[in-house]
Amino acid sequence: MWIFDLIILVFVVITAFISLQVKDLLSAAMIFGVYSFLMCLLWSGMGAVDVAFTEAAVGAGMSTVLFLGALGLTTKEEKKASAPSWGALLLVVLTGAALVYGTMDLPHYGDPAAPIHHHTAPRFIEESPKEIGVPNMVTSVLASYRGYDTLGETTVIFTAGLGVILILRRRNKEEDV
Amino acid sequence: MNSNIVLRAVAKLFIPFIMLFALYVQFHGDYGPGGGFQAGVIFAAGFILHALIYGLEETQKVAKPSTVEIFVALGVLIYAGTGVVSLLKGGTFLDYGVLEHDPVHGQHLGILLVELGVGITVASVMMTIFYGFAGRGRS
Amino acid sequence: MEWPGLYNYWIVIILMMTGFYTAISRNNLIKKIIGLNIFATSVLFLYITMGKVRGGTAPIVVEGGAIYSNPLPHVLMLTAIVVGVATTALALALVVRINEAYGTIEEDEIIVQDQES
Repeated sequence: MWIFDLIILVFVVITAFISLQVKDLLSAAMIFGVYSFLMCLLWSGMGAVDVAFTEAAVGAGMSTVLFLGALGLTTKEEKKASAPSWGALLLVVLTGAALVYGTMDLPHYGDPAAPIHHHTAPRFIEESPKEIGVPNMVTSVLASYRGYDTLGETTVIFTAGLGVILILRRRNKEEDV
Repeated sequence: MNSNIVLRAVAKLFIPFIMLFALYVQFHGDYGPGGGFQAGVIFAAGFILHALIYGLEETQKVAKPSTVEIFVALGVLIYAGTGVVSLLKGGTFLDYGVLEHDPVHGQHLGILLVELGVGITVASVMMTIFYGFAGRGRS
Repeated sequence: MEWPGLYNYWIVIILMMTGFYTAISRNNLIKKIIGLNIFATSVLFLYITMGKVRGGTAPIVVEGGAIYSNPLPHVLMLTAIVVGVATTALALALVVRINEAYGTIEEDEIIVQDQES
């Protein structure tokens, strides 16, 4: 039903704008959680169930906890409403116009003749049940066909955890580490 | 009525089911949406809920920060270890087909081990980051 | 959906530019991080939009065969989401330390304190 997708798209843009305009940072973090969850609904409507699941758990769940944790250790309000910076606005409008000009060549939404569906994806869709035998094709591509990328991604998460330990560790007996 | 009692009772009911659901998502990632990343985050969410309701010291008694840091490295080790075992068995790095007598079974075993490694690392890193933020406020 | 055509890409561009403008013009560090996250999720939306096939379902093999959405953008965006949260966690840890060192998280006040010392 395309009317639901249209409503969710409108709300996604509205929540993105509101989250960046409010002065109270707690509200900004909460509305960002709502934005993440609306994106999750949109993607599950487009058939991307694995991505929607991950976005709900990570974006609407974990990110909000991290923002609240950081806000608890810093201030809760933005200092002053900064005046709009005209140079930045001009740059943003020019970049947006260039990107819109670039989208004129893109395939229409859902077009089965788009080039993305014709090179490696048919090979994955056809060979995955025979070579790997796992029903979820996203898992088979993630863990087997593209396993090396997933190893790099796990290392990135490991490095982020290492970085947070180094930045935020506090031993009980010393002042600052 | 102390409002803490309601929160504590509900948390006691929920946390085991959260962890069970995390294990379900981890091992059924082959048959439906799921896999290591989602399962790791849901597992960490169970511990974060415990910390929010019972206090950080109680949770750190259950899952000591030093133990969690060991698990952070263990997940990456399991993942890379699967690749090295494939090397030792005669295939290329991360070639799961040589892990067992039959390539398809080898792929199943390889995917299971790899997703386990990812799940362990993601859960431990999320818990470590939460400990970092929550433990910083007290001096 | 027959209707959208190219409108999904334009929504992506609107979100991307909103996040971009916030990241370069706001002074508060937490607002900058929220802006960067909105930028990142808009890029995810772009790739998921490109992966959808009209009449396609989720890429989970069912008996009898069906049209599946393209699984490759889903895999790449799964990686991108988790890398995004790792980056956000590190950025927020740095913001906490900056607050302890400078006493503020507004960028112009930090620059003034840096120039005085």
